[in-house]
This record gives sequence, structure tokens and C-alpha cells, in this order.
Amino acid sequence: MAKTGAEVLVSTLKDLDVEYVFGYPGGAVLPIYDALYGSSLKHILTRHEQGAAHAADGYARASGKVGVVIATSGPGATNLVTGLANAYMDSVPMVAITGQVQSGLIGKDSFQEADVFGITMPITKHNYLIKDENKIEAILKEAFYIASTGRPGPVLVDITKDALMNYVSKSGSKQRLELQGYRVLKEGHPRQIAIARKLIKEANKPLIYAGGGAQDASKLLLKLAENFNIPVTTTLMGIGAFPGNHELNLGMLGMHGTPWANLAVQNCDLLIAIGARFDDRVTGALNKFAEKAKIVHIDIDAAEIGKNVPAYVPIVGDANTVLTELIDDTRLSHKDWILEIQNFEFPAQTAKEPKRGDCVNCTEPNMHFAELPPPCRQKDSVDPKVVLELASSLFKNQLIVATDVGQNQMWAAQYIKIEKPRSFITSGGLGTMGYGLPAAIGAQLGRPKEQVVLVTGDGSIQMNIQELATIAAYNIPVKVVLLNNRVLGMVRQWQTIFYNGRYSQTCTGSIPDFCALANAYSIPSLRVKGLDDLDEFKVALKAEGPYFIEVAVDPDESVWPMVAPGASLCEMFHASKAPTPSWQRGQNDE
Amino acid sequence: MMSDAIKLEKVILAVLVRNEPGVLSRVTGLFTRRGYNIHSLAVGPTEDIRVSRITIVIEEAEERLEQVEKQLHKLVDVLKIVNLTNAQRVERELALIQVNGEKRSDILQIVDIFRAKIVDVSPREVMVEVTGDTEKIDALIQMLDGYGISEIVRTGKIALARSNQ
Repeated sequence: MAKTGAEVLVSTLKDLDVEYVFGYPGGAVLPIYDALYGSSLKHILTRHEQGAAHAADGYARASGKVGVVIATSGPGATNLVTGLANAYMDSVPMVAITGQVQSGLIGKDSFQEADVFGITMPITKHNYLIKDENKIEAILKEAFYIASTGRPGPVLVDITKDALMNYVSKSGSKQRLELQGYRVLKEGHPRQIAIARKLIKEANKPLIYAGGGAQDASKLLLKLAENFNIPVTTTLMGIGAFPGNHELNLGMLGMHGTPWANLAVQNCDLLIAIGARFDDRVTGALNKFAEKAKIVHIDIDAAEIGKNVPAYVPIVGDANTVLTELIDDTRLSHKDWILEIQNFEFPAQTAKEPKRGDCVNCTEPNMHFAELPPPCRQKDSVDPKVVLELASSLFKNQLIVATDVGQNQMWAAQYIKIEKPRSFITSGGLGTMGYGLPAAIGAQLGRPKEQVVLVTGDGSIQMNIQELATIAAYNIPVKVVLLNNRVLGMVRQWQTIFYNGRYSQTCTGSIPDFCALANAYSIPSLRVKGLDDLDEFKVALKAEGPYFIEVAVDPDESVWPMVAPGASLCEMFHASKAPTPSWQRGQNDE
Repeated sequence: MMSDAIKLEKVILAVLVRNEPGVLSRVTGLFTRRGYNIHSLAVGPTEDIRVSRITIVIEEAEERLEQVEKQLHKLVDVLKIVNLTNAQRVERELALIQVNGEKRSDILQIVDIFRAKIVDVSPREVMVEVTGDTEKIDALIQMLDGYGISEIVRTGKIALARSNQ
């Protein structure tokens, strides 16, 4: 029986082993939604297309599969833009399917028409505009292939409504993939790998710097570190690629990295970068980054090598393939170097402290519910470190954490110890506030047997708070931990340090009452105001369905240590306030 | 953006791309986004109708040139990049120049010397067509400037490596 373009699309998604699609219907994609009606493909209806994009992204990060999102033409598609840019920056495999107006209406400023192909060109790995129903199947398969191979990334497929409605005449599957211009190098160059191995054996102070590209090479990363006894620092994207409690784990490096990681970078003589891209939040001042080290740079994307720092040994290839070749049976010991790191003396550099009670916006009468004090005079609060470490140990570090962006994200990165890869779901490159809630939904659907805990802030969550409806509608058991300091904490922290405490527009006040709001979405809630509430906190985290937990946090609570933007990694504010390192946490850390 | 201290290199790249809608946008968009400077650009079909050839002359600091090529390679539609800068090559540009025709015989002489052509004549002006490398066209324009040039159009540079055989 002849099939329409939309029916071919849905059956192709099934052929490609797609389990979930996230989306939102509209005029131009009505044929797709009609084909989905009664299909076994599970569609998750979010409450905003941006939510659908982030959910597909979170699903992809947690499961390792391609995330799929569907949106209609015009505003539906433009609402995906942030989600695509976010996935592109963090190399997340995603396929976005958008409807386009009928081909005859293109270019005529038709209703809900936008040049989505043009708009998304710089924020996708590749994109397509399909006007011919006979190409849908082949292009969709090509899109999945491109999204998931090499350095992964989002691919957008824009399809005109007539192509979706027309009957497909010839079998699309017979069309061969035409991808002469797309090559994936998996094998690293043997000579470069040999040089790298030699350098590792000669090095006195080697250090592994693992990024998001190491997530799927975690077993070999562990072997590399253990066999050669090399300490490891991970980027924000690399969290979980190496066990969080391993004694060789120095923690995260960079702007809010641990002093041990940052000083190890500055003192190592060999830096082995695996699937990391020397981002400015990681390196600080580029010309002072790892000054004493030769750099071995392993990456699947040739363009990353030499982009920000010159590599002494460039290795283009897949992390697993390269590490398999690199590791041999030699056992090395770097006891002295590891002891040196553990006993680093931190520079005692302090930053400006917050100026209490000087929040400009707080004096504005309409900003608050009358009965509540302004945030800078809030009395009851809990140290975010306490709740996050408690959550971490409650699940014996076997949890999946999704975060939003800002202080909540950095505290989650510092205090929750992630033991498994693909278990720290966070917007690294783009830094998208509002990412967390929908991403947590996707992650929970991608790994249904594990518990997803969202760590968010009162600023971020309000950027996609409508997705509480999605959580409620599908009874997705995400636990939301909202660290509510009633200010835009990270920006405020910068205002404290760099703008002389002039708190311009960073006070969100006590609006709304989050627990009441969660209840309005029929999600149970808990407010944690002090240490007395922690028992209830634990119960809520272990509850069966979704739970919304609001934790009162002091607005002056800051993220330390901190390297000022553009400074060298040696120049840390409040290094002594770093989270406890793995080797001091001991074995009874539960 | 570029400080005077950074030495800019002029490089000719021949970029072979899939002849697909939007491919030129992808290439120029990449240059804009990454802040690379395009000096000139010429696009046209090749001996294979599925393939187009984009000849790009760029001016970049030497250490960034490798990045330009690598980033171009990441575009799925880019099939091949040939750096012609140091190759034995033939390169051409074409220009049409509208010049005041009062001293027509002088102009004719100059046109002759440059092996250019008069392609249009009107009572007041003559239109000159010239092909050659950048320097030759620059020189002709300089010569004609004194007579009063009203309009100039120049193509981007095209280049082809000489055959080894």
C-alpha cells in the first residue's frame, strides 16, 4: 500500500530503533501527528518546543542514543533554536524534524513561515530542506548517521507539508547514501600514538584532562589512569567519565575547579587531553595554561586540535580506539607527583565578600510578598553543600544528576560524586538556563531504572517551568531540588566581585511560591528551611513518583574556589573553600 | 579586530562542494561565524554537474589558516579542499571598466598594450574588458584612472593548478 511522506517518516523512525520522540504539534506537522496516531512510537508532548528540544537532548546524553524532536513550522521551529545550539555546543546526537509550509508557499511570507534551514545552519552539524517525499527516508537515515557518528551533533530536517502529505512513489530505501564529503577517522595515527606512549613513560608529572568525549571511553580511561598511575581531572562535560570517588580523581578543573586540579595543570610536565576542547572556562589565560607541559591531544574532531592551544602530539581518532592502542601492560608509579598534588599549598587569595543588605531591588515594595523578608535578610537557610552531599550519598553516588545553569550547576558539579558515565546532564558550552527541567525528563525516560535528580535554581527553573506539566502528565519520577536563594546567584556573585556589589536586576524575590506551584501541577512538594528538615528531604528523594523540593539557600552563598575570567588557573579566589578531595573523603563516605 | 602586528597571509583555496541548495551559505556563513576574512570568492559548476567549485582568496594570520581548512572540512557538503597558494597554477580575474571616451585613441593604445578589449562604445564612454591576474588588472585600472572611470566590476579570482604531465 502506498504511504504518505509522513507515514514513511514514522516507519523510518521505527526502523531506526527510535523509542521516544519529543514534540509539539502544529499546522505544518499535522500529517506527521496523524501518522503517529495509533503508532507504537512513544511521543512525549512537552509544553513548549524548547522543552522538547532539551528533553531530546537529555535523553540522548543519558542513553547514548539519538534524541528526536518534532516541531511545526515558523515559531515551533524557531523555539528549537536554543535547544539545537545547546546540543551543538556539547556535541549531543539529536535529530530535529520540523514542518515547513507547502513548497509553493515558500518565500511568500506565508503563515507560520520561517527560513529554518537558514536560521539553523550555524547551530547544527548539518541540516536539510526536503521538498520531495521520495527523499524523506534516505535523508532521515543520513541525518541519524551524521548525528551519531564522529563528533556527534544535532541535525535538522525541515520538510514541506506537501512532501509529508504526498504519496511516496518509489522505495526510498533503495537510494544510496551520498556522503563523499563526510569522513569519520576512528583510528589514531600509529606513529603519534607511539610517541604519546613514549612521552607518558618518560613523564614525571603526567596528568589526564578528560572531557565529554571521554564519556564513552570510561573503562579505558580508568585503565589508562590505573595502569600508568596518572591523576585525572575532568571538565564539566567529563564528569562521570572517571569515577567521582576514585582517589586519582582530582575533580573538575577551570574557573570553579578544585585547587588540586588547577595546580596540577599548572605544574604537570605532560597533559593528556582526551575528548576535551580547551574551552575558556577551563583554561583561564590561554598563554599561561599548562605552561610547563607537553600536550597530547586526542580528539575525534581534527579541527579541535590546535584550535586553542598547540598540541605537541596530535591524535585524531575515537577515544576508545586510540586508548586501546595507547595502553599496554606496563605499570608505572607516580607516587611523588601524586603526593605533591595532595600537598599543594594554595595561594591565599580572597575575593570581595558580599555586601549584606545592599540589594538595590530589595527596597522595591512590589518585589515581594508582603510577609516575607527580602532575600538578603532571609534568616532560615541550608548550606547547598549539605543537601547535595546528602543526595549524593543517599543514592550511593549511583544517581543521574541533571542541572540548570549558574551556581546550582557548579555546586552540583562540586559536591555530587558521579560514579558512572553519561550521568551528569548539564549545559556546558552554551550555558542555557532553563535546560535542566526538560533535560531531566529526557534523561529519566532514557534511563528509567535509575533515579534522576534535577539540581536547579529559582532563576533557571522559571525559564522552562511549564515542563512541570509534562512531568505530571506522564508521572515521570524526576526529583527536583530547587536551590532557592531568591536571587540570580551567579550573576550576583560576579556583581559582588567585579561590580562593587551593585546588585542590578539580580533579585527575583519570593515570587512565586514554588511549592504551591508544584502542587498546582499536582506534584507533591517539600520546603527545606533548615537542618531539621533533612529527614523529610531524604524521604522525598526516595519517593516513588515526581517530587518537588525547595531548599532555602542564603543569597550570599558563593561558589568557591573561583578563577577570574582571563586569569591563570593559579590565581584562585578562596581555594581553601574547595570541596573535600576524594583522598580525604575516606571509604565510609555514605 | 586584527592588530597590525599579526602578519596576514593571502591564500587561494579551491573548495569542491556538493552542488546542493544552501552550500554557498554554509561556506560563507562559516567564514563569518569564525571571523575569517574573505578577500574574494568565485563559484561555478565543474566538469561534474553534481559538484561546484568555490575559489576563495582569504587573508589570515598564518597560524589560523590550518583552522580555516579544518573547519571547512567539517562541512558535510565539502568534498575536497585544494590549497593552491604554493602550487604551480594559472589564475585569472575578469574586470569590466567603464571609462570616459573623450581621448579614445589614447585608451585604445592602453587597451592594446594590456591585451584587453573594448566591448562597448557609446558617444561618451567606452567599456573595457580585461582578464588576467590581480596585478595586471590593478595596473590597467591605474592607467585608465586618469581618463575618468565611472564604474568597475571585478570577478573573484579563479585558479587551476597546472598539470604535471
